[in-house]
Amino acid sequence: MAMPLETPISFTNVGRIKWWQRGIFASQTGYVLLALLGLMIAMHFASPYFFTQGNMQNVAKNFSFIAIATLGITFVIITGGIDLSVGSMMCFSAMITSMVMSGLSTPGMPGASLFVHLAADGKTVVANVPGLILLLSILAGLVVALIVGLVNGFCIAVLGLSPFVTTLGMLSIVRGLGYVVSNGRGSFPGGPDAEYFYALTSGELFGVPAPFIYLVILAVVMAIVLHHTSFGRHVFALGGNEKAAELTGIPVVRVKIEVYVICALAAGLQGIIVSGWLGSAPANMATSYELNVIAAAVIGGANLAGGVGGSLGAIVGCVLLEVIRNGLVLAQVSSYWQQTLVGVIIILAVLVDRIRSRIT
Amino acid sequence: METAGAAGQPVLELTDIGKEFGAIRALHGVDMQVFPGEVVGLMGDNGAGKSTLVKIIAGNFRPSQGEVRFDGNVVHFYRPIDARAVGIEVVYQDLALADNLTAAANVFLGRELKRKFGPFAFLDHNAMAARALELFGELRSETRPHDLVKQMSGGQRQAVAIARTRLSNARLVMMDEPTAAISVRQVEQVLGLIHRLKEQGVAVMLISHRMPDVFAVCDRVIVMRRGEKRADKPIRHTSPEEVTALITGAKEAA
Repeated sequence: MAMPLETPISFTNVGRIKWWQRGIFASQTGYVLLALLGLMIAMHFASPYFFTQGNMQNVAKNFSFIAIATLGITFVIITGGIDLSVGSMMCFSAMITSMVMSGLSTPGMPGASLFVHLAADGKTVVANVPGLILLLSILAGLVVALIVGLVNGFCIAVLGLSPFVTTLGMLSIVRGLGYVVSNGRGSFPGGPDAEYFYALTSGELFGVPAPFIYLVILAVVMAIVLHHTSFGRHVFALGGNEKAAELTGIPVVRVKIEVYVICALAAGLQGIIVSGWLGSAPANMATSYELNVIAAAVIGGANLAGGVGGSLGAIVGCVLLEVIRNGLVLAQVSSYWQQTLVGVIIILAVLVDRIRSRIT
Repeated sequence: METAGAAGQPVLELTDIGKEFGAIRALHGVDMQVFPGEVVGLMGDNGAGKSTLVKIIAGNFRPSQGEVRFDGNVVHFYRPIDARAVGIEVVYQDLALADNLTAAANVFLGRELKRKFGPFAFLDHNAMAARALELFGELRSETRPHDLVKQMSGGQRQAVAIARTRLSNARLVMMDEPTAAISVRQVEQVLGLIHRLKEQGVAVMLISHRMPDVFAVCDRVIVMRRGEKRADKPIRHTSPEEVTALITGAKEAA
């Protein structure tokens, strides 16, 4: 029953927020992006190699190696949670994928006869259906990530444990499981489908590294999900005021479980891609990557208190970290400085945001 | 003025409501009626049973005895969502808004308008903003749908919280201390909002400690003390002094 308005309301006392005080212009993501562009211009003058095609490809590839996991953890951070198990998750999914791949490709292993047979020479292993092993092994890696995400989500949303403690435990559990299944040796993708695997993970399309293409697609999907679906709206509401979210009938438990599952899946996918580039999944792979991933998200503007964040910010944070690393290498500064600088930048980014919100 | 629907059917009718928590008797033998378009003030000191009563009506608690009728039908609420389904909305003291979202997003939180694109459903931002602007217009509140709630005044926040109840066409809106923490000018705005709800035939229950506000907008005042209803009279037949005496117990009943 919409009532007709006698007079349209006027805004005599309520001014319109100026465009530069709204949206991206007023966000941490906005000025970190600005700082990044400034840095890149400075790099161009500092080193003639910076803007070469080879170096740009290198930068694009390197930051893609943590950016997908950063997209995933951004969901969790927006709800006000944290996931410390992403580094271990990357390793474990990669390991399961390459173990399943080489297991299914070894004649004599249980079930392998369904997928491969020996060629006439008695040595060469041939796939029955090209690509099937690859598909199954990647699925296996992602299913493991799905299970870990569900366990994280269940402990946090249903049992009410703190996200920090739960995922700290999971960090250790998943890393330990990785050592258990591999006996600490790591594993290698192998078999007839391994070449497809390498093509998909470390190949290029028109000179663009494959991981970068996946990253762009996932980032666009994430932006649409966050800003144009009710799930995304609920993720933000949960981080803004969890009690309000509950009172307005948002399925809080379900949304929480979903964000931890998304985060684990993103980490798992990231790990699988990285293992393709490394050519193996060593048991100590991606150790302490969770700190890089969280740092990138926070630099890009995700607020650990919840309620703020986005896919552009996640990528900007990753690019900034990589450009700094790359720049230090080009400038022939010891790469050990990188870690120190990253720490300074985390604090600076958050500090500038604090100062800005005091001023306006 | 006599209440608009006094002759008609009460929207909410409580009969002999009682509530015990273990050995503690929080409410005892409460009868009350609320009519459409009526603003009822619910007053009482801390521990008088106001919030227990509100929580029973809102579906947070079930009464130990007695009967709740809504629109003449006996209702049993097991969860707050059951109460909301029949048209009872609560505006909470802390308003339950997500600061990081816009006014329109908050109004539609949990009941977003969507448009289908094949198997996917996307938020219909324009429709939600337009409807929110319409609701703010009805409430005569200068609130822009696209502004973030964290940049808003206390009065505007109230408007957002109240607009949310208008969205579902609530029949009864209960407001818990809406004027407790805001400035004088904003109190005026909130009382204005309550008038707007009344004009549209919504029954309002105002739970407040602030005597001037109750006397400014309410048609009737109900005073609770020690879990019982001590007074229920038209506002023009009473005075702040009498209500104060009833709240403190200086006067037993009226």
